[in-house]
Amino acid sequence: MTSEAIARREQVRTDRVARYERMVEIRALEDRVQELFAEGLVHGTTHTAQGQEAVAVGVAAAARATDSVTCTYRGHGVALALGLTPLDVIGEIMGRTVGSIGGVGGSMHLCEPAVGLLPTFAIVGAGIPVAAGAALTAQVRGTDTAAVAVFGDGSSNIGAFHEGLNLAAIWSLPVVFVCENNQYGEYSRINLTTPITDLADRATSYGMPSQIVDGQDPDAVHAATEKALDHARAGSGPTLLEMKTYRYAGHSRADTAPYRPEGEFEDWYDNRDPINGFRARLEAEGTLTPEQVDAIGHEVAARIEAAVTDAEASPRAGIETMFANIVAPATEGT
Amino acid sequence: MAKMRMNQAISAALADEMRADPDVVMFGEDVAVAGGPFKTSDGLLAEFGPSRVRDTPISEMGFLGAAVGAASTGLRPVVEIMFIEFLGVALDQLATEAAKFHYLSGGKLTVPLTVRASTGAGLGFGTQHSQTLEGWLIGTPGLKVAVASGPQTGYGLLRAAIQDDNPVVVLEPRVRYSTRAEVNVGDDAVIPLGVAARVADGNDVTIVGLGGTVLTALDAAGRAQGWSADVIDLQTVYPWDRATVLESVQRTGRVVTVEENPFGGGWGTDITSVVGAELFGRLAAPPLRITAPDVPVPYGKHLEARYVPDAEYVTAQIDHLVSHGELPPHWWDDGEVGQ
Repeated sequence: MTSEAIARREQVRTDRVARYERMVEIRALEDRVQELFAEGLVHGTTHTAQGQEAVAVGVAAAARATDSVTCTYRGHGVALALGLTPLDVIGEIMGRTVGSIGGVGGSMHLCEPAVGLLPTFAIVGAGIPVAAGAALTAQVRGTDTAAVAVFGDGSSNIGAFHEGLNLAAIWSLPVVFVCENNQYGEYSRINLTTPITDLADRATSYGMPSQIVDGQDPDAVHAATEKALDHARAGSGPTLLEMKTYRYAGHSRADTAPYRPEGEFEDWYDNRDPINGFRARLEAEGTLTPEQVDAIGHEVAARIEAAVTDAEASPRAGIETMFANIVAPATEGT
Repeated sequence: MAKMRMNQAISAALADEMRADPDVVMFGEDVAVAGGPFKTSDGLLAEFGPSRVRDTPISEMGFLGAAVGAASTGLRPVVEIMFIEFLGVALDQLATEAAKFHYLSGGKLTVPLTVRASTGAGLGFGTQHSQTLEGWLIGTPGLKVAVASGPQTGYGLLRAAIQDDNPVVVLEPRVRYSTRAEVNVGDDAVIPLGVAARVADGNDVTIVGLGGTVLTALDAAGRAQGWSADVIDLQTVYPWDRATVLESVQRTGRVVTVEENPFGGGWGTDITSVVGAELFGRLAAPPLRITAPDVPVPYGKHLEARYVPDAEYVTAQIDHLVSHGELPPHWWDDGEVGQ
């Protein structure tokens, strides 16, 4: 729901405990979505983002609701971070009318312009030039909005990445390119597909600043993104941020990731889990108590279950939705 | 009314829309400082400035993608693809992103994007710069495809495309940029998308042309002896105007499409299949498609001239159709080829 999404958007922008809670929510939703597929309650495919919660929440904390965001088919986390509700996401995955776009899109196609989320992209890299275009709108109209493109390391090898960054640089567009380097492009480890280790290096070719960021730390992601957005809004052009992160699941529903080196997942999970790390920091600061942690865990679990129940109770998208929203109706006076 | 070449009419349409709406912007390769390689954006930079009229790198995926983002967030961008072949490297942004955003946003976003591209053979640009390629685009729900046939439609279709809230491709036959004619300008000259125009009236056959072949069809009809033709400028090839075509063929009893594309998969297959099915039993002759052969566009001047159906050939094909009531052979089917 749009009004609820806007309220949730603002919580993440202003409150670090809310950011912690949203990360817990993303993890819980992704785990539950995997179960729903395993149970056969939904069909098709899905791409989950456990392990990458800090990137989604840190970016959402920095961007304004009026900024445009493009992201990938691994987009449940970014969508939730930007404010979409668990029901928006689970409803869409289950093909129900309560879903983000009414159940015609599925896991890979979420959208809510009211919080800045353009349709999520199921084509690798496609959102990168589109974000540059959203930034062009701001530049031509002289507003102080900006755009953020969130994409994976795999996208950095496709033409849209290079063309998008080049165009944004020569036109000094107010856009931030956020690369979630989760170490894998589909089933292939990055070293097999990419001749460099730090994708931030690619910014040099486009004459733009870049920064390598600990993508497991939402505070670091927030700070880096905010700085890059300030730079963009000041008219100084785009920035490439490389978020070092890790994808806990395989590429998609069917992939159990047998290709991962032994111990790699355990190393990230045991030592660099973004939720555990942020919780420890907030507790050490005295911002969060163990009791609150428990309460958040219970609330989130109940929220996810309620979303599943509500989605199941919602009608499936009707046949008539196949024929809706294909061609925009004619408007007068444009 | 003013006499203009088609490229001037296109510049005029762009200028009129840019004057009417500050959200209309225009970009592409060499469109700003140079005024367009075919002078289709002449004077726009001077009038509207560098924020709204921009040269891009040679980077179709990048700038067409940016146009999709700009259109989704409030601008009405017009981008120029210098040769339609260059769309190949950017097709994702048009067919899979732009054409789907309204649907994939649950109707919350519109994509008022216009993509212009020059098309076709006739100027010796060779195999990779001479195709029409509308076949890449038709059959993509969410996308509209119009084709200019001369200065008047070049003006009117482009203005309609820019005003439309959907992604629209306007194809411009390169050979017609220099065609000069009296052009009505202004709001009354906007040509609605999805509507065909009957540009000549006759009794015995309906010739449907698109883009560059409309003039060929008119020329062929002018040479006719013993038959007369309705000539229809299809104007929008997707979605196309069934009512106008069917109404005409109901009267004439014969339908002929004149296509610059190869035979296989051409736009005329859609026209002739619908007409043949809808008017089954009421046709005086089988539907005829006059096309180029299934070969790449050749370079040599005599080869290129042979590739594109000309008026003499169209007239001869229709002579055969009318007098025999059956399909004539294609020129490449007869004994001349290969000798």
